[in-house]
Amino acid sequence: MLTVEDLDVWFGHAPERVDAVKSASFAVRQGESFGLVGESGSGKSTILRAVAGLVDTWSGRIKVGGETVAGRHRSRGFHKTVQMVFQDPYASLHPRHSVDRVLSETLHLQGMVGIDARITRLLDQVGLGRGFRFRYPHQLSGGQRQRVAIARALAAEPKLLLLDEPTSALDVSVQAEILNLLCDIRAERGLTYVMVSHDLAVVAHMCDRLAVMRQGRIVEDMDAAGLRAGRAQGDYARKLIAASTRYVREA
Amino acid sequence: MTPLLSVQNLRVGFPTRSGLFQAVRGVSFDLGRERLGVVGESGSGKSMTGRAILGLVRPPGRVTADRLDLDGEPILNLPESRMRRLRGARISMVMQDPKFSLNPVMTVGRQIAEGYRLHTGTSRAQARAKALEMLAAVQIHDPERVFDAYPHEVSGGMGQRVMIAMMLAPDPQVLIADEPTSALDVSVRNEVLRILDRLVSARGMGLIFISHDLNLVAQFCDRVLIMYAGRVVEELPARDLHAAKHPYTQGLLDSLPRLDRPVERLATLQRQAGWRDAPEEGTP
Repeated sequence: MLTVEDLDVWFGHAPERVDAVKSASFAVRQGESFGLVGESGSGKSTILRAVAGLVDTWSGRIKVGGETVAGRHRSRGFHKTVQMVFQDPYASLHPRHSVDRVLSETLHLQGMVGIDARITRLLDQVGLGRGFRFRYPHQLSGGQRQRVAIARALAAEPKLLLLDEPTSALDVSVQAEILNLLCDIRAERGLTYVMVSHDLAVVAHMCDRLAVMRQGRIVEDMDAAGLRAGRAQGDYARKLIAASTRYVREA
Repeated sequence: MTPLLSVQNLRVGFPTRSGLFQAVRGVSFDLGRERLGVVGESGSGKSMTGRAILGLVRPPGRVTADRLDLDGEPILNLPESRMRRLRGARISMVMQDPKFSLNPVMTVGRQIAEGYRLHTGTSRAQARAKALEMLAAVQIHDPERVFDAYPHEVSGGMGQRVMIAMMLAPDPQVLIADEPTSALDVSVRNEVLRILDRLVSARGMGLIFISHDLNLVAQFCDRVLIMYAGRVVEELPARDLHAAKHPYTQGLLDSLPRLDRPVERLATLQRQAGWRDAPEEGTP
């Protein structure tokens, strides 16, 4: 579904050039859920942005569903295949567009027909219900906004969802609801997920396999069972797992 | 023994168009030389409790309490001039994000030294020495360099250490830390916690640790208060957090994905109206 080979992403020009991602390679099969974890600045979100076409200073090869993409240009078909959900539901919705407008505009752009019925169906699917259709973002809680963002991503009927820390701005009880929703949708539609998170427990819950990143490089590939068992090959991944599991008080 | 801080029936209200909104509704606790965790979700009133204790609730917000004593001395609604003398010197606060708490156009060393001089009236040279000593105490290896750095030149973890150094320089009795590590990466987080831990035990301070992270609080604190809708719904020793009785606390714990316990589906929290008004456990 998604193949990334030898991906480099950089920002700025020498001598101030920052190499955000350095020769990253991974592949995600159709129907799989893949996690990218690491600390801030490790380049995990930048990979998603390069795939989505939000960055143009990259080199290497990105193939989505057999189609090789270049630069920032993405075909109409690409957006039908790939959609993204962002971290901050407070920033990713236009404050003066109602839920109805957000969804109908997206559906219209995707050339869908029967927009009215589709909106109701989307709202039902993300657990909001029709009552939310004419609300504005400020009338919604963080969790409800994230549901709207998910509905917007689903509007195009994509096959691959790029999830950039979709629950880190939410309370834990709301996080559980959104993660359950994402699991249900994936099961129903057979979607492929690539999820970025700094929370190892969230990734272990959501993903089959994951890559650990550090300073722009993928330093470890592992599966969820290995993560849970703390079976890391490298020092860094082992330390990261230990640090996020517990704080040990000094004697 | 008098507790360091004694809070009885603390209430914070804000007038709104639809009547008085009560952000904190009758919170009571005593703080000794210990690490007290205050946990809750956004809007539970945990941060507002901290701000009210420090006298940082701005009008039209109103703070009332039957008792709010710092080391036996009432500090509720003191005039600002008297509160300023206490704040920083005897009771202090570390906020979530050092980016917003440090003055961007002043070197960090000057900020620490200035705060210290304000409360102690020492000479510039002494204040500088103290600032360097504090920077070393928070495990900054080259205090001289960091002293002359501006906030944008230090990392998030370093900035938070600078904040802790600044707040602890005048040797307060009580430190309120509001999500001090939420903006930090895990590896840095544990370092900052260790520093906080060490300083609190070495100086015999009382620490109020406000956080949304139950697991962290269970590991870091001695005692935990769980807040919901402006009230304390449960109080228990931190090591017993996983044996919590209140359905809200249990619900929160269950909704967390855990590395050591795979589940098919995460439990979601079914909020009950009764929790808002349930009698508080553990407080008279």
